[in-house]
Amino acid sequence: MPQKSFRDALNEALHLEMARDPTVIVLGEDVSGGAGGTSGEREASGGIFGVTKGLLPKFGEDRVIDTPISESAIIGAAGGAALAGLRPVAELMFADFVGVSMDQIFNQMAKFRYMFGGSMRCPAVVRLAMGAGMNMGAQHSQTIYPFLTAVPGLKVVVPSNARDAKGLLIQAIRDDDPVMFFEHKALYPRKGEVPDEAYTIPFGEANLLREGSDVTVVAIGRMVVFAEKAVDAVAADGIRCDLIDPRTTSPLDEETILESLEGSGRLVVVDESNPRCSVAADIAALAASKGFHSLKAPVVQVTAPHSPVPFARELERAYVPSPARIEAAIRAVMK
Amino acid sequence: MPTRLDSEPLIDAYRRMKTIREFEERLHVEIATGEIPGFTHLYAGQEAVAVGVCAHLDDRDYMVSTHRGHGHCIAKGCDVTGMMLEIYGRRDGLCHGKGGSMHIADAARGMLGANAIVGGGPPIAVGAAIACRNRGDGRVSVAFGGDGSSNQGTVFEAMNMAVVLKVPAIFVFEDNGYSEHTGAAYAVGSRDIAGRARGFGMPAVKCDGSDFFSVYEAAGELIERARRGEGPATLEATITRFYGHFEGDPQLYRAKDEVKRQRESLDCLKKFRERVAAEGGVAPAALDAIDAEVLATIGAAVAAAKSAAPPHESDVATDVYVSY
Repeated sequence: MPQKSFRDALNEALHLEMARDPTVIVLGEDVSGGAGGTSGEREASGGIFGVTKGLLPKFGEDRVIDTPISESAIIGAAGGAALAGLRPVAELMFADFVGVSMDQIFNQMAKFRYMFGGSMRCPAVVRLAMGAGMNMGAQHSQTIYPFLTAVPGLKVVVPSNARDAKGLLIQAIRDDDPVMFFEHKALYPRKGEVPDEAYTIPFGEANLLREGSDVTVVAIGRMVVFAEKAVDAVAADGIRCDLIDPRTTSPLDEETILESLEGSGRLVVVDESNPRCSVAADIAALAASKGFHSLKAPVVQVTAPHSPVPFARELERAYVPSPARIEAAIRAVMK
Repeated sequence: MPTRLDSEPLIDAYRRMKTIREFEERLHVEIATGEIPGFTHLYAGQEAVAVGVCAHLDDRDYMVSTHRGHGHCIAKGCDVTGMMLEIYGRRDGLCHGKGGSMHIADAARGMLGANAIVGGGPPIAVGAAIACRNRGDGRVSVAFGGDGSSNQGTVFEAMNMAVVLKVPAIFVFEDNGYSEHTGAAYAVGSRDIAGRARGFGMPAVKCDGSDFFSVYEAAGELIERARRGEGPATLEATITRFYGHFEGDPQLYRAKDEVKRQRESLDCLKKFRERVAAEGGVAPAALDAIDAEVLATIGAAVAAAKSAAPPHESDVATDVYVSY
């Protein structure tokens, strides 16, 4: 099986879907880059993280659309184009820019189908680069998927590895509902086994990465990578964990989590987001309401603190949940 | 300016304007009874703008509207009974009671939704215009907005992007003098929306929103230009509304006799009748017959809405997704 980076897996998904379906378009800031520049280099960027590289030369300017820095118009145009029969994939260069475009996400595209009595569909994808770890400060580092997970009408995808990233993005593009697709920046260079062909991974189906009946560990996005380390570390001491990657926070695969909890009775949830009204809190509430009789210990949530993402290396390290903190949490629920 | 219309399209334009007027006048009465849920923004007084623009559109063209959207919907061809049922919150309304007055939409008519967020529509219209451009089929996408929306950043973003991407989007601004309860004379810096549009690099034309022919002529040129692939344009129509921002608005910001004077001098229906009578395009009796027809249609729509079934409570969470 070929080894590919998370970034290349996403790029491959876009290439495959644009070739397969002429209604797929890509739009955003610098998705190709270079327009209006003085060098004459037309694909000067290929996306700030390189995810949209090679699309412009292959599919042309009508389908690979460099936009002005206008996040409301980017997302609004994606919603409108989707209502009008296209399958747009909009890129928000940083997930934090959701703030600028929030109305078009949560008041418009999320609600079209419902408000219009089910008469329309809005098959738009919004790709959002997220996450701390690169010292980009408070406005370029957040993992804001909890906001959007709370919005009815949206589907929310948070892949943790290259193989899933490709299959989930293809699913997102083919899906008939608006999909928020979160890509952790620190995962872009990480390699994994990725098949060459097109394939889909259904939404709402969690991935069980490790099996063990002592503790259920649920982790999201990049936290899956850290949780793997922690789970492997405690395994040396005979603590066996189920490690669950929900892959999508909306819909959420409650069944897999509750089934695992039934066997283990102990739950650790790992979420890089702030703790209040987070996906971690949501899963803890799920355990309390639907898995209460399984619980042998209080649920432990390993999250960022209730603070913005800091800049300095030392502070950012303190902010992001670490493998060591996850390991400590697993050991704590075993006591 | 000679009317470039034969009698048939003239009659159609009059019928649509009259339908909008009667729809709104009747709602004004019915809302006062308390039977209609929520709150409603009436379009009466502005009919010539919606009809003058939409006379150039067909079902394949797209349109986004505003919170004051009934007129745009009727002008675009939405069924008035379906609309009335929706405003009453009925199961068989155009949106099955899930939208209401501010969210009427009709896919079959290219009507991509009234919109309760001021400035929410234009970015959506630009997206639909991208689809039109890419298909190259000569369709256009029209975004209606008011003087209030001309102050929203989302609208500026949409206008600039439409110019940059050279898409067939038409921005129609209806300056009815008031952004909610605040005068446009105060809130719209320069009071020159067309000038703002020109600043983005697109042609912009002003017209008299109380005169169907003024709107029709101006809109026609801009829409034809967009159909030819020559890019977006803006139409600014000066107009007034005969009612408040919403029904129940005491309108303390308006001079006491303002609406009375405007109903005398700026009534698009009256002006239309005078013009066609002077030019002999349509016999007054034919227009009188339309008045009677429209009255009956709206009466029937209200009667149907009053007796229509409410939605099933079990449908509260259906149609959130295509699949979930």
